[in-house]
Amino acid sequence: MSHSDSRGLSALTERFSNRVNVWSVTLFLIALIVALPVIVIFAHIFMPTEGVWQHLASTVLPRYLTNTFWLVLMVGIGSLVIGTGTAWLVVMCRFPGKRIFEWALLLPLAVPTYVIAYAYTDFLQVAGPLQSLLRDTFGWEYGDYFFPNIRSLGGAAALITLVLYPYVYLLARASFLEQSVCVLDVGRTLGRGPWHLFATVAVPLSRPALVGGVSLVLMETLNEFGAVQYFGVDTFTTGIYRTWFGLGEPVAAAQLAACLLTFVVALVLFERASRGKRRYFHSTNRYQQLPEYPLYGWRAASALVACLLPVLIGFLLPSAILLQMAIAEGDSLFGTRFIGFAFNSLSLATIAALLAVGMAVLLSYGVRIHNTPFARVSSRIAAMGYAIPGSVVAVGILIPFAWLDNAINTWLQANYGHIIGLIFSGSAFILIYAYVARFLAVSFNAVEASLGKVTPSMDAAARTLGQTAGGTLRRIHTPLMRSSLLAAGILVFVDVMKELPATIILRPFNFDTLAVRAHNLAADERLAEASTASLAIVAVGIIPVILLSVAMRRARPGSSAR
Amino acid sequence: MMKTIRFAAPVAAVLVGSAFASTALADELNLYSARHYDSDERLYTAFTEETGIEVNVLEGDSDQLIERIQREGVASPADVMLTVDAGRLWRAEQEGIFQGVESDVLAERLPESMRHPEGLWFGFSQRARAIYYNRENFDPSQISAYEDLADPQFEGGVCIRSSNNIYNQSLLASMIAHHGEEGAEEWAQGVVDNMARDPEGGDTDQIRGVASGQCDLAVANHYYYVRLLKSDDDDDREAARKVGIIFPNQDGRGAHVNVGGAGVVEGAPNRENAVRFLEFLSSETAQEIFASGNNEFPVVDGVKKDPVLESWGNFKKDNLNISELGENNPEAIRIFDRVGWR
Repeated sequence: MSHSDSRGLSALTERFSNRVNVWSVTLFLIALIVALPVIVIFAHIFMPTEGVWQHLASTVLPRYLTNTFWLVLMVGIGSLVIGTGTAWLVVMCRFPGKRIFEWALLLPLAVPTYVIAYAYTDFLQVAGPLQSLLRDTFGWEYGDYFFPNIRSLGGAAALITLVLYPYVYLLARASFLEQSVCVLDVGRTLGRGPWHLFATVAVPLSRPALVGGVSLVLMETLNEFGAVQYFGVDTFTTGIYRTWFGLGEPVAAAQLAACLLTFVVALVLFERASRGKRRYFHSTNRYQQLPEYPLYGWRAASALVACLLPVLIGFLLPSAILLQMAIAEGDSLFGTRFIGFAFNSLSLATIAALLAVGMAVLLSYGVRIHNTPFARVSSRIAAMGYAIPGSVVAVGILIPFAWLDNAINTWLQANYGHIIGLIFSGSAFILIYAYVARFLAVSFNAVEASLGKVTPSMDAAARTLGQTAGGTLRRIHTPLMRSSLLAAGILVFVDVMKELPATIILRPFNFDTLAVRAHNLAADERLAEASTASLAIVAVGIIPVILLSVAMRRARPGSSAR
Repeated sequence: MMKTIRFAAPVAAVLVGSAFASTALADELNLYSARHYDSDERLYTAFTEETGIEVNVLEGDSDQLIERIQREGVASPADVMLTVDAGRLWRAEQEGIFQGVESDVLAERLPESMRHPEGLWFGFSQRARAIYYNRENFDPSQISAYEDLADPQFEGGVCIRSSNNIYNQSLLASMIAHHGEEGAEEWAQGVVDNMARDPEGGDTDQIRGVASGQCDLAVANHYYYVRLLKSDDDDDREAARKVGIIFPNQDGRGAHVNVGGAGVVEGAPNRENAVRFLEFLSSETAQEIFASGNNEFPVVDGVKKDPVLESWGNFKKDNLNISELGENNPEAIRIFDRVGWR
């Protein structure tokens, strides 16, 4: 780790760069585009609401707050432990099945929270197969025995953790793979054992990645809607929805959303502040095959179980339950229509992933070479959309674009006597815009964490040798960050596949995705039929997850040398 | 990175283009629908076969669709909006997104209670919110009205879903209309005190709760029960057989019914087609699809009902004005919040 003053880097780049303004403008534009819904939401803060807050505060707000607090805490700790632990095991230890777990640990990522909630509820509820079996076997009646209720705060936290820990795992693993052997070797030379090395060297060095992963998990938890709604756990997000549509108070709902945002910003700032002036660079580009600790006996068995459990509970079991339901009574539309749904899901996810990664690279590189407070704030704002519930983001985008469409059409009508329809708000454009606005944080966190590790001396060397800022990015940083870029791409891709609320509100005519299909059936309480589409989301989602996971392993600098 | 962008731009253009193509047909109808039953597909196909008009569908949540139509303004492609709840019809009306329709066909076929006085919307199917009991250990003569659900003798026995659900919101809105705010709040408090468990799951789960012995009484829309009765799954049918249904308040105002309805959107680009679609919804064909597809009650007299529904005979329905359900909705939410009904 080298402690370096950030001012050093920016002073350096400013001296060498004659294109600073281009980057600064790019940065600002991206931030502005993506922050649009956030700004629209914040604009509601100063509008008056008559007594709604008083009502909320004296009735439901305390419950929203406590539920959300516990949910975030449990999911945060749970996913940090599972994600970091399993990542360390598969990167640094050798035990049976390691090669499989490397990618298998990512599988739960393909399972949307609402899908895992549907699957387990059906399986574990009082009237479900497991409890019915218990009652029949032992002759119990309901109430004779204890069985934890899956539809509870704890149940929601457990299920959300199980499908979200891969965010931490993915970034932690990428970070462990990018770590330099030399640093670890120094630790070993100084007599550190594997546990110590993990706790005192690897984890602190990977802090940006771990924090990035956990903050993604937390933001995803904060705006989680499907599962908590289904379980009847009132959180801030369900509260926003209820205030908006039930109480008919959009302004108060937007204010609630703004509170949520403020909380997220505070969290991010707190983490930044606690990092202080420390920066985490790779000060060497020497990469070798990472040394692995061979595990035997009970150690190997424990490692195996530790990696198997999350995959089993987060992916295999729910998939099996869904598969059983799909075979027993699947979706009547299964067939050609499904190819259409899948194609829509896939193309949206691909486009959004490419755009989000591209913008994240420009954004984080822009901050790197033009590190002013303004740039940092812009990049932070740009990455905030993730924390707002999807339905709120959707409306935040719909308001300005529908206004724009209206203005265009009104003008056309007045001057040419005909209208051209909704160019922006009625097409896939607005949907992709919403995805990028929501998920830029995902790719930005991954890219920023990775870029932050490249030592500024690389930039200095490249620039001294006559590269422009863009050339340095293309020739130096992009190859170095390859595995993190892939990770960022996967995350956005899978997130878009699973996204529901914004897709429902913003999609064009006759344009259904797998997630929409699954939701429509599930909302109508036809879980068995929804299982087909749910399975399809999972199936389409795991292919890129596996492919890219394999590619990621190859992308470790130095691994090709072997 | 530039490569990525170069690749993405044409893909995006194609995607956007294809989204347009579908809305550029000449003889078409743009439908914003909050219904999503498989039988709806049959409904649209039947309409296209009969009239040659293509139906473009956008399915979503009623509130979101209303929000979207409002935001889209003059350029909105929406011709017809279809919802499944009276409160939402009222809200759409309040937001001014419907226009008046005069149609002799609709006037003749639909009963007066299913028509807005100015033709802003029309009801096409009905669903009843019924009470269920366990046939094995509960004597149904103990209960005859929604009011009984709040009776302390049923403490720890009542299962009902979360107040986030519109069906419960409309039910409480009807209680407000009949008993005033205070009476309704007292009732809601009584139900909360009687709950067998914190509200969880959907309507089907409440009925299953009765079957599994977790609750003595449950509240759910009638078609969820019919769906269980007719399920392909043996366990579902077994569960449904253990459960009996009661249509409440038969000696008084009648059971609370909700309406699935539609209206022509203000500024609809295909107004004529929209009216034809509404008229089609009142036809025998469409009414039968409603009745058989989702086991709802048709609103046109003489249309063949589903055999299960037929076997229940006629029951008394609460003829409360639909706008009252909508008007009372926000107050209902406040009451739910105050009495701690999740």
